[in-house]
Parts: sequence; structure tokens; C-alpha cells
Amino acid sequence: MLDIKRIPIPALIGIVLTSLFVLAAIFAPFIAPHGNGEIIGDVWEPMSSAHWLGTDNLGRDLLSRMIYGARITLFIAVLATALSFSLGAILGFSAAVFGGWYDTLLSRLVDLLMSIPTLIMGLVVLSVLPTNLVTLILVMGILDSTRVYRLSRAVAVDINVMDYVEAAKLRGEGSGWIIFREILPNALSPLVSELGLRFIYAVLFLSTLSFLGLGVQPPDADWGGMVKENKDGIVFGIGAALIPAAAIAMLAISVNLVADWVLNRTTSLKGGRG
Amino acid sequence: MSSPILKLIAQRIALGIVLLLAVSVLIFAGTQILPGDVAQAILGQSATPVSLANLREQLGLNDPAYLRYFRWLGGVVTGDLGTAMSSGQDIATSISGRLWNTLFLAFWAAVVAVPLAIILGLIAVRYRNGWVDKLISGLALASTSFPEFFIGYVLVYFFAVKWQIFPGISTVYEGMPFLERMQAIALPATALTLVVLAHMMRMTRAAILNVMQSAYVETAELKGLSAFNVIRRHAFPNAIAPIINVVMLNLAYLIVGVVVVEVIFVYPGMGQYLVDHVTKRDVPVVQAVGLIFAAVYISLNIIADIAAIVANPRLRHPK
Amino acid sequence: MADQQKKSVLLDIRNLRIEATVYPPGEPPKNIVLVHDVSLTLEKGKVLGLIGESGAGKSTIGLSSMGYGRGGVRITGGEVILNGRDILKGGKEGFRKLRGREVCYVAQSAAAAFNPAHKLMDQVVEATLLHGTATRAEAEKRAVALFKKLSLPNPETIGERFPHQVSGGQLQRVMTAMALCSEPDLIVFDEPTTALDVTTQIDVLAAIKDAIRDTHVAALYITHDLAVVAQVSDEIMVLRHGRLVEWGGTRQIIKEPRQEYTNALVSVHEIEHHEQKPGTTPFLSVKNVTAAYGRSHIKVLKNVSVDIYPGQTLAVVGESGSGKSTLARAITGLLPPEEGTVTFDGRPLANRLADRPKEDLRQLQMIYQMADVAMNPRQTVGTIIGRPLEFYFGIRGRERDKRVAELLDKIEMGKGFSDRYPAELSGGQKQRVCIARSLAAKPKLIICDEVTSALDPLVANGILKLLLELQKEENVAYLFITHDLATVKSIADSIAVMYRGEVVRYGAKSKVLTPPFDAYTDLLLSSVPEMEIGWLEKAIKGRRMASAGN
Repeated sequence: MLDIKRIPIPALIGIVLTSLFVLAAIFAPFIAPHGNGEIIGDVWEPMSSAHWLGTDNLGRDLLSRMIYGARITLFIAVLATALSFSLGAILGFSAAVFGGWYDTLLSRLVDLLMSIPTLIMGLVVLSVLPTNLVTLILVMGILDSTRVYRLSRAVAVDINVMDYVEAAKLRGEGSGWIIFREILPNALSPLVSELGLRFIYAVLFLSTLSFLGLGVQPPDADWGGMVKENKDGIVFGIGAALIPAAAIAMLAISVNLVADWVLNRTTSLKGGRG
Repeated sequence: MSSPILKLIAQRIALGIVLLLAVSVLIFAGTQILPGDVAQAILGQSATPVSLANLREQLGLNDPAYLRYFRWLGGVVTGDLGTAMSSGQDIATSISGRLWNTLFLAFWAAVVAVPLAIILGLIAVRYRNGWVDKLISGLALASTSFPEFFIGYVLVYFFAVKWQIFPGISTVYEGMPFLERMQAIALPATALTLVVLAHMMRMTRAAILNVMQSAYVETAELKGLSAFNVIRRHAFPNAIAPIINVVMLNLAYLIVGVVVVEVIFVYPGMGQYLVDHVTKRDVPVVQAVGLIFAAVYISLNIIADIAAIVANPRLRHPK
Repeated sequence: MADQQKKSVLLDIRNLRIEATVYPPGEPPKNIVLVHDVSLTLEKGKVLGLIGESGAGKSTIGLSSMGYGRGGVRITGGEVILNGRDILKGGKEGFRKLRGREVCYVAQSAAAAFNPAHKLMDQVVEATLLHGTATRAEAEKRAVALFKKLSLPNPETIGERFPHQVSGGQLQRVMTAMALCSEPDLIVFDEPTTALDVTTQIDVLAAIKDAIRDTHVAALYITHDLAVVAQVSDEIMVLRHGRLVEWGGTRQIIKEPRQEYTNALVSVHEIEHHEQKPGTTPFLSVKNVTAAYGRSHIKVLKNVSVDIYPGQTLAVVGESGSGKSTLARAITGLLPPEEGTVTFDGRPLANRLADRPKEDLRQLQMIYQMADVAMNPRQTVGTIIGRPLEFYFGIRGRERDKRVAELLDKIEMGKGFSDRYPAELSGGQKQRVCIARSLAAKPKLIICDEVTSALDPLVANGILKLLLELQKEENVAYLFITHDLATVKSIADSIAVMYRGEVVRYGAKSKVLTPPFDAYTDLLLSSVPEMEIGWLEKAIKGRRMASAGN
């Protein structure tokens, strides 16, 4: 059904790069030349044939750290996105279909949560919670689910007032048929492209938290944490911190390119609906 | 200005105050969900039960949560933000200088970013689907994908380390001459500008495009107005409200950016203060600073709404 | 003779070709030709009607006289000669000088075409001031005189109002004044009355006609409604798919059309349907129903009572806001009535949709105005038609496919359509599929809510004929909701006229359409344009006499 030749080049680049990152994360122990915590040289050695990206602030191989970092970054971001998405989409859909006080209550609560910048609310909560992976995923997932809730509710509300849904209600169909057969197939495309954007946001949010010292704790490090570890080198002209930062940017751009393409495909489908 | 508008504005402000109260509850509640308590956090795991009990008594932790909330809120309303646990200093005093520093930084970032974003947005609309437009939206896509610290450290790496034009660490102090201060904030302000610019520009472009595609712009073109006059007389008056809206929403966005940027440049502002005390688990400071950030954010959103109300001719000239 | 004619020619379009680039999803951009080799001439002070169905290219041709193309539409061949010079050679600067001065435009939706941020007067005189043909004081004086001529209320002060403070019919007249204010040689009217209710349309139409006559301006009058254009134009040009079909004097086109397509357009409303005598007992009775939306106190339906007899059609006719669609919602249970009852086969129907048994739901089916949003775009035609079979009768598998094929046959579509998606169908086909879906339930009553309003006249005609045939075959009753009296005449057995939530006249078709009329029905009936030259003058005169008599 999908012809590779018809995928635009930017999207193709996005797909290839994203897959590379994912593969690196999955097969980290097989690809990485050295162990994650293994000290193999001097502090901040420059790039060389032995250490392609040089060494970090403690003399660990930066490339190996990057590959293991991809693993932690993607792992947390994927789980947080999965949580925010399932929570947001389920609540948003049910709010749209059932309406009434259930909808009002949820929507006001989400309004309230969204009236505080996510990062600020995240910092407030993390100031008292223990710093571990579970807390991190829960905080990121729950805070971000507000945005998914808004979108999925809006999409479902739009579809719910369409004549074809009314026709199904007049026929006497139950909520199951209406949600899964009438609304869901039509809501899927905008939600899938939103999934990409939420994932990017999760990567950026996690990196920011780790950079601020509130995310993944040493000796483990995601890319944001690695920026923090190596940032003191910058003043000496050592660019080690820029490498994980650039990796974050590259991952985000690749996913963005894919999401953009999915979104465009969606809108052209909409055009077909008239 | 007519009374229905004033009524709407009053309603919006009242709603904002209610929202702010609700937010204060949320922030307070957010710091109560921990296992253990503040006393435990201050004294650490090795604390004796007796010293813990004493500190709890001292901090009033034995009272129910709602009492503590109202005590805290009462303090905030009268300007008493409490004392920092880690240093014992009065929070309000520590904040005042830092708040001013942060506003100074954000102000100059906004002064550069807002006009630039609007002009770039206009250019993108003018040359819609041309290469300029594509370039601008490409850059916008890229920069929304950049973490703030990537932009920040790239600036430091080149402007502070390689070329040594601006300082990489923004030290400011009271009584610092204006020009020196400007030089100190040059890099953080640039970083902040870059952080919000792309988003603001993309939204401005969409807002103007929306107006340009309306039927009354076609009417104006069919009257023989020049492209410039079509925009000045017909598109612009209707685009003001959405643009103000875009600007305000992005200034609110700036607040988030400021936290990270201040940490990068070790700039003595609110954001750095907040992050420091989150790490130290200094709950009173986090509550106070969190509330201030939320208040600024909500106010900007209210201003955006009010701008939209005032600019709407249907509300300004009711039937 | 030829020389003299040449002198009085205002607009001469020769071999016009207009193209546009379209971007079909997932395919490379494609060039399509919107107008093929169309030529026309218009003399000073004359009115030429451009008529055709959607996609005929009539608006595109009209706008080309101002050198304007909407979104990517461009003129790729031919000449547009206005006042003796080819405007296409004038470039952007040339277009700007002629727009708003020599040629002005009146759009279909004045509500959208006025800038919400400026007062009406500022917009009306804008073009005049821009081209420097009058001072502000002169232009405003001229505007007030035009407001008066177009019988706008408070002509002295209406210019101080903002667009949203004025009704749709009035705005359309203000827009005509705006076009006339700069004293152009030509005005392009693009469906100026299509969005209006029929009783408003007649006044606006008369005002436009008077203004054209008194100012001696020439006009291109674009519309899909032949009866409307017959009232205002000297000549009519019939277009189809961007090509010229026929061009002639108004009388010739409507009385002696030469082309088959023109003939079809002219005779579009001539469906023969002899009213059936109502049976002894109605199967569905609406008794004293009152309804309101939400908790509001404004009643959208006030004490409405109507009966529907087996195999017959009750047409509910009214303008926007009359409550006709709300009646359908009350009957189906979507909007439970506050008072009154709906009885079906002698027993009361539950007020709320959720409380009705499946069997009751099956008996009442509904067809909507916009067929393309009435079908799930992600379901095939087979699924759409097959679902009621499955849901109500438990018919599945091969038996279901067989029934779907039969239903497709009934609506004159092949069984090959069952694998297609709604997006692959034309407007008329979509509506046919909706009809098949409702027939699949074997209902006693189908509620048709403006089912032909969104369709081109010929396609709509086909749908009406199909509905009448199916009624005979299946003995199904229709509740036919419409604003179009011509449709009512061709399909109804009995008629209910609604006005502001009340039934003002109700009975057998022949009775309802025979005088003496009540005031509203009289107004409504006399407002429907007839395909007859001079109808407008007669109707307006009749109306003035009636109001003088009061």
C-alpha cells in the first residue's frame, strides 16, 4: 500500500534517522565499543580513531556513552509518551462521547493543570518526589496527557456531531459501535501525527530535566544528563557537551519530519472527504 | 468603550483570579504528595525521632494540610513568602532582585523577538510557498526541535570561547552600568530570542494567512486597492487581535525558556533560584517561585484574551 | 448597423481560456482547464445572465472581466476587451485602475465580503475615493441616494453601522450600493441572492433590477437559478463544464431552447405527481408538540400537529428559522418535545431516542441534506448499506451482499459500487447511497431533510424522481422538509407551511395551494420566482396592492 518512491525525501530522511536511533538503543551492548561506565582514557580527549567522539569529563568513551544514552532517553520518552497518550486519548474520547458532568469535571481539571507551564509544575512536583525512573515517567506522562486530552477530545467532539454519527445513533447503535466504528477510524490519523509531536516533547522535556539535574541520576545518564556532565568543558573550548545536545536535536528533527508527513497525508485525506 | 466590553473584561479578570487561587491550591498540593515530609527532608535520613518531632512542631507540620495552606496563602497575599529552609533567609528579599533580573532579561529578549517574528511572519506570507517561505518554515521546524541548552551552548562555544565577543557567564550585580549589563545579557537574551522566535513566527504567519484568505480581502482587491493598502486597511485591523494573542502566548512560553537559559549562563534570576532550590528540596522557596511563575503566565494569557475582546468589532459595537 | 453595434459594445471576451493547477493528494500537481474557448459580448447598459451548474465556470468567467482569478486560477488564452482595450495586456497596474472604477463586484455572501472592522459607509465609498472620481462628501451623498433607491431602512444613518449590525438581505443591498457608488460601466453579480430566504430574495432582486435600470450600468448576472436570471437579464448564456452551450435572448432561452441541456434546465421542475387522497387513518400523528433547545425559553416548535398517511408524502415547507428541521428532530427523538405526543400505529412513541425499541427506530429512517457528511468516509458503500440489514434483520455474509446489490440496483447504481468509498462518488450518487441505506431498514417513514438543496437542479430532479418511484414500489411515506416550493409542488400529497415554529397552513396539496391564502403563505407563494418574463414586476405590484389594501 505504501510505495517508498512516493514518500517525500525529507520524510524518508526522518524515517531512516529515527530507525538508526532506535536500532542503536536496542542493540546498545553489541554496538558500543566500550562499557557505559568504563574509564578508558584521559579526561576530555579529542576525537581520534580509537575514540571517535573523544572521551568525557571522567575519561569514559563518549561514543559508547552516547549509545547507552540513546537507550535511556528513548526508553523513558517512549514510556512517558505511551502513558500520556493512552491516558489523554481514553479520557478525551470518553469525555467527548459521554459529555455532561464527567466532561465538565475533566475539562476544568485539565484547564487548571495547563494554566501552569509544564516545566514549572514538573519542578514543583519533583522538589518533593524521590528521583527515580518511575517518578520521572509518571510525572512526564501525566503532565503531558493534558495536551493529548485536549486534542483527542476536540477531534472526537468534531466527529461526534457529524451526520453519520447521528445516523448511527438514530439506527440505535450502542456506544461501542459509535466509538470504535464511527469515531475512532476517523480520529486515528490526526492522533498518530500528534503521537510524534508528543514523543519529541517528551525527549526535550526529559533532556531539560536531566540537564537541570532533576532527571536521570548518575552514574546512568541520558543525553540531557551528558550535556550537564560535560558542560564545564565548553569554557575551555571542548565541545563534548554539544554532541549529546546535537543528538537530541537530530532525533527531534527526524521525528518531526515523519510527523509532518503523516499530518500532511491526513489533511489530504480530509480533502477527499469534502 | 461600551459596557458589555467592560463586563467581559471584568469577567475575564475575575476568572483569572479564581484560576490563580486554584493554581495556588495545586502548587501547594503538589508539594504535599511526598512520602515523608519537609522535616524529614531538612534533617535527612539520620535524624532522630525527637529532633524530627521538634522541627515538625516548629514548622506547624502537625496541623492539617488545609490550615497550612491558608496560613501560606495569607502570607503570600500580604507579601510574606516565608523563609527558605536551606539558608534561613527571607524569600521575598532574596527574590526581589532576582525577579528584576529575570524581567530585564525577558524584556530585552521580547524586544528583539516580537518585531522580528512579526516581520518574518509577514515576509513568509508575502512570498507564500516561495523559497523564502520554505526556508523560514524549515528553520522554524528545526528550532522547535532544538533543546534550549543546545542553542545556548552553541552560542557560548562560538561567541564566548572561539571569538570571545561576549562573556559566556552572565554576571550582573546591583549598580552595574547599563551598557555592561547589556553586554552581559547579550548571549542569554539571544538564546531566549531564538527559543521563542520560530514558534512565534509560525503562529504569526498562520494568523495573517487566515485573514488574507477571507472574502473581505478579496473584496478589497476587487476594489483596485494596492497590495500594500489591502494589508494596511483590510487585513491588518483584523489581524491585530490574533497577532497580540500569538505574542502573549509566546511570551508565556519565554518563561519556561528563561529557567533553562539562566542555568546555562549562570544568570542570577528566578529560574536559576528555582532550580537550585528544587535540588535542595527547599519546599517553601519552590512554592513561592512556582506561584510567581504561574501568576506571570496566567496574567499574560489574560492580557491575550482581553486584547482579543477589545479588538473584536462585534463586541465593540454591539447590535 | 454592424458599426453602430460595435460602438455600443462594452465588454468583448474572445476565445477565453482559463486554467488552474490542482494538487490531488499523493499525485503530482495537475493542470485543469476551467474555461474552454468562451466568447461573449455585452453592450452598454445591458444585462447578460451566465447560468450553469456547479463547475460550469460561470464565476470564473465573471471574475476574468476584472482580470482576477481565485487561488491559482489564471487566464491562459484569449482577449478580454473592455471599453475598447484588452485588459489582459494592462498588467497589475492596469487591473488596479479598472477594478472598483470600471468594473465592480457583488459577492454571494455579503456578510463575509464586508470587513467586520470598518463602518459600512467607509467601505461603500472606498473605491470611489481611491480612484479619485469624487470627493468624500459627494461620494457619501451618492451612497445615501443609492441606499434610498435600494429601499434600505434609514438610508441617512445606515452607513454608520458595522456589517454585523445589519441583516443579510440588507447587507446584500449595501453591497450593490457599494458597487454602484463608483459609477462603473459594468457590475459582476455573483449569485447575489442565492444565500437569502425566498421572501427576502424577491425584494433584493427587485432592488437590484431597479438600480440597474436607473443607472444604466451593464451587468454580468451569475446564478444557477434560471427563473431568477430570467427576471433581470436581457440575454442568457448557458454554460456547462466550462464550455458554451447556448446563448440567446432571455425569451428565446426560456421559451424555445435550442439545446437539449438548456431544455433540461428549463423544464427541471416539471415532475408530474398527482396528489393521493389521504387514507382513513394516519400511521404517525404529531399532536400539539412544543419544543425548545436546551433550557432556553424560546420555543422552536409551538403546538405543532400534523398527520402522515401510509405511502404518502407530507411536505413541511418554511424558511430558515421556521422550525421545520426541529420538527424532524422531535419526531426522531433527537430533541424530546416538552409537551405533546408523537403516536405511531396508534401508540405513543417514547420521547427520547434512547428509550425507543429497535423496531421503532427501524420504522423511522432519515436522509440528510449533506450526503457527504452523512456517510462515514472510512466505510465502503457496501458497509454503509449493509449495516442496517445486519443490525435490524441479522442478515450477514452472502445473503447480505445479495441484498446490497439489489438495493444498489434500486437506486440505479451498479453493484460494482459496493467496494467504493464515499469520496469516490459524485454528489448525486452519495445521496442515492443514503437513500439505499434508509430503504435497507424497510421503514414505514423516511424523513428527508432538505435532501435536494445541496444538489444541482438536474441532479436534484433525478433524486426526486427516484424518491417518487421508490414510494410506489415500497409503499413508504416521506416527511419531506424543504424551503423550496417548486420541489413541494412536484412531490407532496399534503403540505404543512411553517413560520416561526408554528404550522400556519396545513392540508392536502391542492387545498393548501389554492386561494384564499393566509398572509404568510401568500407571501411565500408569491415570492417563488417563476420562469416567466415579467414575473418579478407582477409579484412586486401584487404585493404593493396587498399592502395598500391593508
